[in-house]
Amino acid sequence: MTKPKMSGAKAIIESLYREKVEVIFGYPGGAVLPLYDELYDSDIRHILVRHEQAAAHAADGYSRATGKAGVCLATSGPGATNLVTGIATAYMDSVPVIAITGQVPRSLIGYDAFQEANITGITLPITKHNYLVQDSKDIPVIIKEAFYIAQTGRPGPVLIDVPKDTQSEIMEFEYPAEIKMRGYKPTYTGNEQQVKKAASLILKAEKPVLYVGGGIIISNATEELRSLAESIMAPVTTTLMGMGAFPSGHPLSLGMLGMHGTRYANYAVQESDLIIAIGVRFDDRVTGKISAFAPNARIIHLDIDPAEIGKNVRVDLPIVGDAKNILKTLLKYVRQEQVRTEAWTRKIEAWKKEYPLTYKKDNLLRPQFVVEQISETCPDAIIVTEVGQNQMWAAQYFNYKNPRTFISSGGLGTMGYGFPASMGAKVGRPESTVIDIAGDGSFQMNSQELATVVQNDIPVIVAILNNGFLGMVRQWQELFFNKRFSATCLEGSVDFVKLAEAYGALGLRVTKKSDVKDAIMEAVKSERPTIIDFVVEKQENVSPMVPAGAAINEILDLE
Amino acid sequence: MKHTLAILVENKPGVLTRVAGLFSRRGFNIESLAVGVTENPDTSRMTIVVSGDDHILEQVMKQLNKLIDVIRVSDIPGDESVNRELALIKVGVDSTTRAEVMQIVDVFRAKIVDVGIKSVVVEITGDESKINAMEQLLRQFGIREMVRTGKVAMNRGAKTVQTEKH
Repeated sequence: MTKPKMSGAKAIIESLYREKVEVIFGYPGGAVLPLYDELYDSDIRHILVRHEQAAAHAADGYSRATGKAGVCLATSGPGATNLVTGIATAYMDSVPVIAITGQVPRSLIGYDAFQEANITGITLPITKHNYLVQDSKDIPVIIKEAFYIAQTGRPGPVLIDVPKDTQSEIMEFEYPAEIKMRGYKPTYTGNEQQVKKAASLILKAEKPVLYVGGGIIISNATEELRSLAESIMAPVTTTLMGMGAFPSGHPLSLGMLGMHGTRYANYAVQESDLIIAIGVRFDDRVTGKISAFAPNARIIHLDIDPAEIGKNVRVDLPIVGDAKNILKTLLKYVRQEQVRTEAWTRKIEAWKKEYPLTYKKDNLLRPQFVVEQISETCPDAIIVTEVGQNQMWAAQYFNYKNPRTFISSGGLGTMGYGFPASMGAKVGRPESTVIDIAGDGSFQMNSQELATVVQNDIPVIVAILNNGFLGMVRQWQELFFNKRFSATCLEGSVDFVKLAEAYGALGLRVTKKSDVKDAIMEAVKSERPTIIDFVVEKQENVSPMVPAGAAINEILDLE
Repeated sequence: MKHTLAILVENKPGVLTRVAGLFSRRGFNIESLAVGVTENPDTSRMTIVVSGDDHILEQVMKQLNKLIDVIRVSDIPGDESVNRELALIKVGVDSTTRAEVMQIVDVFRAKIVDVGIKSVVVEITGDESKINAMEQLLRQFGIREMVRTGKVAMNRGAKTVQTEKH
């Protein structure tokens, strides 16, 4: 059989078809002209963003909402460097994003040519792997490998840098049926002996806590997690990345733990005699003072990435593998009748009653109230967040029921992530209501994407909790820097309603509690891109809070 | 505590950068590094000496294993392995000292590989301490220039570092 001859650019499109890519978020430029010319005739939907950073975040949001790889595309030099924040965001949160960048022609590489940047060098520490195409005939293998690497094991972004002349070069196309990589063989099945040991530790425990994160969502293990929690009657606390891994309203749910977690989650961890950590990495925002974390507990750590085990805390029992696989095996070895956690769950019930998550209930429009109303009005929405106070309130006060309904930049904490990511989520799951819970600061970092959502008819709702401050930084200044609000006041920001209207989107403003629900309903019914400017209390703090460097049971309620 | 790691990698451009970059960004210190192709032309072998406690060593090895182009990482234990370094040392000599330098070279089973009127180049192979000792002795004559390769290491006996990961 003869192999079809085609340009490198066409080979990229053909390869993307093979990987079942339906949409690309991108921005054209000189070094990707041949590729954009091929895209013109292709069935792949291209969404033209207004800044390459948004393309990367949109691909990331698309991926988190759907579980598929997200693809973004940019030109060489500044196009590629504008992707960097988005790639780093995806890397920190283990999201399979494929970034394709144009590069100057091979003969010019290294000569500081116009719009040349060494993007494989720049992204070395923030990609799972990256490629510079040296020859157009390598394109199919590189793309196949890139998708495989991005989506398997612990997922992560992969960048493919494609010199312009390799895009026009004619090559013989053959998509590989399989790939062989000597240095990449992720472990999926947990060691059965280790799993048996875990079961015996679990059955001996009197105060077990399941501490779970994004790994549960990535491996689609929510059902297995729920079965395990219910079989062993152990409370479940999730990290920020794990919101949606376990239903917030479940009697065994402790909500989030850590710096802005619930008191009862933190107390449970600190008093626990067995931490069952699944798909988590003991991040400093979770553990607080690491030497004082879970002082009485043995720790079982399940993760697909062996390098996470023992990185931050000592682990008594490591199990490397896929969470879903391991949980399935583990479920065979635990029996409900052997469980001894009755006193423990009673104690936790008491804590939950004594220390509920709460805020001041008065007539003022408080951000927590807005989030609660969103939760009541749109219980099945996909919530995307920006970063800061808005993110914490979105985590605390929305009632998450399903995986892939909470999308947030956890590891890198990227302001400006939410709006473009919500765009990607809505493109991936058009049947769902997608709401970006935003702050006025974060939203302004990528508000230019209003043009994208209007042009491409992507009806996301941006709920701005507008307090006129960079609220989380202001909160820290209030608490730890003598209320010296250095550079955190955003007075003089744009009128968000007019901004929405200027772009052809719907703009609504809410200043009273009684109008919150109606505004949300109106936004949903409009089926248009909408900004709701919730003018909320300016100096509301996220509470409770563990001060930096303290143990997580040293948690404070803030006014 | 020093550890010697043998790292089998794909023989491709950019792999050294990936490995070296990993050490610097994770805060691990490279004491010495030597790279060359193996019996299989698709595979290169790096020998990296790293200092740190067992926890650091474990993290280094796990992080290295995450690199796609890294095929295998092994810790080569010092007492069960052959360790060698090579050094070229240019020593200043004149008619009165040349003989003495040559004697020292003989004692160390090193070689003189270049002879000039005012200098000789000594080639010495051995473990780190042997080369250090040689350097000490030659210092009195005036070392004009010295270059050392990083350490290379191999397990004694039948044990080998295979290209198959696990």
